[in-house]
Amino acid sequence: MPAASTERTLIAPSEMNRRTGRLLYRFVLVLTVLGFTLAFVFPLYWMASGALKSSAELADPDPSLLPQSWHPESYSQAWTNVGLGQYFLNTLLLAVGAWLIQLLVDVAAAYALSKLRPVLGNVVLGMMLATLMLPVSALLVPTYLTVADLPFIHVNLINTPWAIWLPACANAFNIFILKRFFDQIPAELLESARLDGAGPVRVLLWVVLPLSRPVLAVVSIFAVVGVWKDFLWPLLVLPDPARQPITVALNRLAEFMPANQLLAGMVMASIPLLVIFLIFQRHIIAGLTAGSLKG
Amino acid sequence: MGWENYQRLFDDPLFATAWTNTGYFTLLALVFGFAAPFAVAVVLNEFRHARSYLRMTVYLPVMLPPIVTMLLWRWFYDPGPGLFNNVLEVFHLPAQQWLESEHLAMISLVLVATWANMGTTTLIYLAALGSIPGELYEAAELDGASVRQRLRHVTIPQMRFILMITLLLQVIGTMQVFVEPFVLTGGGPDDATVTVLLLLYRYAFVYNDFGMASAMSTLLFVVLGLFAALYLRLTRSKG
Repeated sequence: MPAASTERTLIAPSEMNRRTGRLLYRFVLVLTVLGFTLAFVFPLYWMASGALKSSAELADPDPSLLPQSWHPESYSQAWTNVGLGQYFLNTLLLAVGAWLIQLLVDVAAAYALSKLRPVLGNVVLGMMLATLMLPVSALLVPTYLTVADLPFIHVNLINTPWAIWLPACANAFNIFILKRFFDQIPAELLESARLDGAGPVRVLLWVVLPLSRPVLAVVSIFAVVGVWKDFLWPLLVLPDPARQPITVALNRLAEFMPANQLLAGMVMASIPLLVIFLIFQRHIIAGLTAGSLKG
Repeated sequence: MGWENYQRLFDDPLFATAWTNTGYFTLLALVFGFAAPFAVAVVLNEFRHARSYLRMTVYLPVMLPPIVTMLLWRWFYDPGPGLFNNVLEVFHLPAQQWLESEHLAMISLVLVATWANMGTTTLIYLAALGSIPGELYEAAELDGASVRQRLRHVTIPQMRFILMITLLLQVIGTMQVFVEPFVLTGGGPDDATVTVLLLLYRYAFVYNDFGMASAMSTLLFVVLGLFAALYLRLTRSKG
């Protein structure tokens, strides 16, 4: 993608190399870099540096670019006094659990549909794909009622992590991209493993999964990021404050926390996602464009 | 007895308000969020420098938890020590009631939503722009087409399909707007930012009226289903 687009785009190289072209190019480039930094990086700086200011300085209607006095302790205060540490760990538990269960269920489903090919497998796949077209918000009430009183066994999952984990598994998009990847693994590879006496589970563990690392990475990143960012669903199914993730807790506590501690909490809620983004930038952008162009 | 829920829904004066507000939000979000990322992507695609920096920064807000974005912007919009009114003051412009004014509140919500989401659309457009064959531009250039003519007769026709797709996805996405009004305005001022999903939330989880909430869910499902069907037809016919 980047290599191809450097060849020829809207503006011809000859036009770009003219004196006015070069001047204009520099001007627009500098303007864009400054504009993007101001629009997308500066707000994050303002948040992180605001957390370092004293409460009095934050209330000043004439703010300064750098904190006049540094108060890094608002980060530790937010973590311990307000108990954001606990909410952070709650989020971690929800995200890691959702990731593991999602991988387990979705890999098994995709493997069955791609390689084991049960009777009516295509009907099942079609029904799964149809759920992609259902808007999440229209499913809010029915999913809530299901989680509050599971069909047949009548268990109430409200205030348990399962209320987050189980609905997260029913992810047709993950199953779809996993299946599409598994489909490309040559049948001969599986066949030779089978001739060596490996059963379907062993084939999955020793042949299919090691070959699927790229797609597993994409699914994992989206699983963790999705649960970490979520607000509305945990707000509904985890009304018990002690179990809430940091997103829900921040919104609930926003009115009662000192402004600098609230900002510190917002930074803490964002840092894991920003770190994931910096490490897996390629995967995220690749998954994004693949999902939208071909999905 | 099911129809009774619909009857009560239609009798609620907020019902019409919520749909009108949601339509208004969707329309405004398209004005800002549909054209802006396209223009940005066309410009970014010309750059030979700072490419990865620009791609990374425009996507940064997408990675933030939406609740953080909303709390951050609520602080920016604060009529007292808020950043936006500070900036206006520097330029000697009058301070604004960003979230408290009935006229401005919805626009303020759309601004946040655009800031938070335009990274995704921009990167999708950039990928599509990169796959336009360079020969098309060369041929147009040989025919004496100016930059503006090339944009109109090569870029936009080549992008038509992806533009249609993102338009539909954006309508489907923005009609489900919730966090913005929930955190920033609570539906106010004077119900100017009550959206369909916010009202649905109130029915179910504030008034515990799951009958009305289900009726609302069904209606939302039907409306969004129409757009989803259109999307499916488009993607199917294109293979």
